[in-house]
Amino acid sequence: MKNNFIALCFTFLLVCVNVSAQNNAGLSLPTGFKATKFADSIGSARHIAITKNGVLFAKLMSPNKEGKSIIRLQDSNNDGVADKITGWGNYGGTGIYVTGQSLYATSDNDVYLYTLDAKDEVVNPLSPKTIVKGLIAKNQHASKSITLDGNKNIYVNIGAYSNACQEKDRQKGSKGMTPCPILDSAGGIWKFDGSKENQTYGDGKRYATGLRNVVGLDWNTQNNSLFVMQHGRDQLNSFYPEYYSNEQSAELPAETMYELKEGDNAGWPYMYYDPYQKKKILSPEYGGDGKIEGGQNAIDPSMFFPAHMAPNALLFYTGNQFPEKYKNGAFIAFHGSWNRAPLPQEGYYVAFVPFKNGKPVGNWEVFANGFSGLAADEKIMNPRKAKARPCGLAQGPDGSLYVSDDNKGAIFKITYSK
Amino acid sequence: MSKKLYVRISIIIFCLSAFTKAQAQNLMNGKKIYETRCLVCHQADGGGVPHMNAPLDGSTNVVGNNIARLVKIIKEGYNERVALDGEMYSNAMTPNPDLKPADIADVLSYIRNSWSNKSSKITAAQVMQVSRKK
Ligand code: HEC
Repeated sequence: MKNNFIALCFTFLLVCVNVSAQNNAGLSLPTGFKATKFADSIGSARHIAITKNGVLFAKLMSPNKEGKSIIRLQDSNNDGVADKITGWGNYGGTGIYVTGQSLYATSDNDVYLYTLDAKDEVVNPLSPKTIVKGLIAKNQHASKSITLDGNKNIYVNIGAYSNACQEKDRQKGSKGMTPCPILDSAGGIWKFDGSKENQTYGDGKRYATGLRNVVGLDWNTQNNSLFVMQHGRDQLNSFYPEYYSNEQSAELPAETMYELKEGDNAGWPYMYYDPYQKKKILSPEYGGDGKIEGGQNAIDPSMFFPAHMAPNALLFYTGNQFPEKYKNGAFIAFHGSWNRAPLPQEGYYVAFVPFKNGKPVGNWEVFANGFSGLAADEKIMNPRKAKARPCGLAQGPDGSLYVSDDNKGAIFKITYSK
Repeated sequence: MSKKLYVRISIIIFCLSAFTKAQAQNLMNGKKIYETRCLVCHQADGGGVPHMNAPLDGSTNVVGNNIARLVKIIKEGYNERVALDGEMYSNAMTPNPDLKPADIADVLSYIRNSWSNKSSKITAAQVMQVSRKK
């Protein structure tokens, strides 16, 4: 009897596992792709990184129930689900990056460097090297995301602690400041030496400026340049109802992708990019009316996307598992909007843009959808209804794609087979 | 029924209906202010945006007794690194220095009595009183 019961339970479990495998962990994907839930409820998982042995590290926005903020996940039996989960660290943050046996992780002020042993276990959990310290973090856009080039230089986003550099942030009628004083120490990408300790502003270099807030960034190895995804400004309609309707405000400005060369300026706060006019438009805080052009010294985006979708991760796919079309293309995790209310929200999915030689070649498309857990035809009216929100991306050594969720902390693993 | 009693009852009914009508109007005004100034961040369901804009629905502070704090938040905006019901929120709330005491009372009454929230209404007199104190 008892054995029967156990057998029954076991069958039931198998059926459950099967069902969840069949329904791709709730995601909708292009033909041939499958997904599993690699982990769940690990805490608010921001960015993720994977070693060449396939060990995944997730940086949590704040320490989880066990008080850990860097989580190590390993799938030792290779069934698509992490079976060994440990962690360390007691500080919140977003950025994480692995190269060889070096693991970089960020708080909202600092960048730390840990060493991994041959089994990808952390050697110095309590005594990382401090690579960069004292970066500005004032609540708004405080998260620091990072990437490295092939030469051990580290690129750090320092977000602007403001919406549009008004004298009084997010206050109706308050003018934009000229020059915007925030840009000295934030609103751009800073470049530091990835191996030197205790650097701060004076030791690094402002690599690019005029970026309101970047969360997703990646180095493109095909043309050796940095690509970033900017979060566009909010609340055009709340402050300038005379120029922008609710509907226009929901669609403006575009979320933009930039290829950055040293010294580039992307134009924030003086301008924003209008996806309909396909023009750089003078910000209303600086005298704009929705039509006057601006940003004469600013670079153009490489690509643009619907407004407010909050691109939180960018990953150039260099693996061999996915079909040829995906090779060297960009995956973007759109965290999902809030600033389109009262209109339905957008995003909450992973998009794909085909690239060749470091240039986009073709339009973007939705790659993985359904993170919200709502029915396919159901619009997301309220962000808190979304079960999961894509936030981080990483590519496994076998070319699988991992997506992290910073709501409850799920990790999805996406694979392809013919 | 004597004429006097009839008049008295009529007066009472009239006053009561005027009173509830005024209350309904206050809530209507509160709703209008919420939709034009607050909804963009706190959302239609009062649920806010996880980790970013605090929820008003289900918030202990919103239905609580610290009216002075609520009035101050509406007037001056809010951006503190503190946990609200155990969660942190990163965005900066827009100040509303131009709202009159009656409007602040109406929008507070509205958020204290919308979605799953049920709490006392706030009057303009209360708003003026707590504003004077500080
Ligand atoms: C720009 C976005 C934004 C707008 C617009 C906004 N808020 Fe807020 N509100 C926030 C954020 C963010 C917080 C939490 C701030 C923090 O924790 O530092 C907050 C906090 C609050 C709180 C405190 C909640 C608690 O649990 O203690 C109240 C009350 C509130 N808002 C009411 C309103 C009302 C009423 C309006 C409209 C008049 C409004 N807010 C407009 C973003 C906004």
